[in-house]
Amino acid sequence: MKIIADRGLCASAGMCALTDPEHFDQDEEDGRVVLLADEAEDCDTDVEDAVRLCPSGALRLDR
Amino acid sequence: MAAPETVPYGIPLDRETVFDPPQALMALHREAPLRRMRYYPDGAEGWLVTSHRLARKALADPRFKSRLTAPVKVPVPVSGIEDYAGLEGELPVTPGAFIEMDPPDHTRLRRKLTGVFTVRRMRQLEPRIAEIVDSRLDALEAAGRPADLVAEFALPVPALVICELLGVPYADRDRFEADAAVVFTMDAGAEEKGRAWESIGGFLAELAAAKRAEPADDLLSDLAADAELSEAEVAGMAVLLLIAGHETTAKMLALGTMALLENRDQWELLRERPELMAGGVEELLRYLTIIHTGLIRQAGEDFEFEGARIKAGEYVTVSVQTANRDEEHFIDPDTLDVTKDAKGHLTFGHGVHQCLGQQLARVEMRTAFAKLIERFPGLRLAVPAREVPMVTDQNFYGVAELPVTW
Repeated sequence: MKIIADRGLCASAGMCALTDPEHFDQDEEDGRVVLLADEAEDCDTDVEDAVRLCPSGALRLDR
Repeated sequence: MAAPETVPYGIPLDRETVFDPPQALMALHREAPLRRMRYYPDGAEGWLVTSHRLARKALADPRFKSRLTAPVKVPVPVSGIEDYAGLEGELPVTPGAFIEMDPPDHTRLRRKLTGVFTVRRMRQLEPRIAEIVDSRLDALEAAGRPADLVAEFALPVPALVICELLGVPYADRDRFEADAAVVFTMDAGAEEKGRAWESIGGFLAELAAAKRAEPADDLLSDLAADAELSEAEVAGMAVLLLIAGHETTAKMLALGTMALLENRDQWELLRERPELMAGGVEELLRYLTIIHTGLIRQAGEDFEFEGARIKAGEYVTVSVQTANRDEEHFIDPDTLDVTKDAKGHLTFGHGVHQCLGQQLARVEMRTAFAKLIERFPGLRLAVPAREVPMVTDQNFYGVAELPVTW
């Protein structure tokens, strides 16, 4: 599945980078989401958790 | 949704047990996750949200605003509410206090800070935080048995960390610690709280001016040097970081320690299996939910929310403490279990205002609890639990003192 991040919505809370550091990092300057990979395995629960925990709705999965 | 019969006056605050939300509040939650509630000072009706699903939904909905307009209504009885009488329209906003703002004003100020509080930057602070924790554990031991864990450990650790990060001399804590407590005291009144905020702001503005002239390697110097921020904004943002940065974590460290001591098997589990600490901290945050007065928003327009007709100007209180005990989201929510998956708790809020300092708080708590347990494996309360003085009159619930021995 594809990971889609909307940096305009990102609130830089860091929940994605905390939950799934394989796919998500934070910008050095403003802490906004940086995708380390935009594809994930269909059964990857970490990436699903990261998307679910995002407080600002900046992340979604395209299956 | 059909409105339930009961329209409570304010959010229930009186607890029957130390660690659980008030039974009256849990009963309201079980009856309906969204209901009418009457607000102080005049009984005007607004809303109360109690379930996990609706709390998340409300906090993420941009139609519920953080920038409040008159008339001011509050979900808890406060004596100074009349200080707001006579105001009309949008309330005056404190410069820099971005928690009281909505996008885009909120976004502009928050983004000045978010690069500093990333997961990576906070992990880089871990060795320094460990040194601070060790020094306070030395102080605890030196204080002798019994000692007050709040005064020797729970308060100084986060205070020292945020002071160092901001570049505020810890030796000057007399100039902000008492005022910080006033800002969070529910009954303090708008004028008194305003004076306390101004006093901390004045101190930090002076310090910012000094750093503008002679910059150091700290956050206040960076803010002071930012041409896009006014001097008042720099002072306001610094006040917010300073007081939010230590009152909250201090309350969690002390109440968290008490919860682990009163659930000794959980203390022992963390002692035997330190790898459980990261999850254990999330579970403590969920189980204890120190923000017991709820998060407050105000409808910016008329709209429909979960079948309810919300009117512009109506207040909504989001009870995160019941959301964190919601059986539909958490397994066995009334039990403290450090092996539980507590992800998704709402103790840091939700939506664009979700706690800026949460990654710092996590590193502080993991380090502090781990080292406390390692250094004092036999720690215990020095008084019966029911004699521990609780703080119930502030926006954050906790203990005033925690007498411990070992």
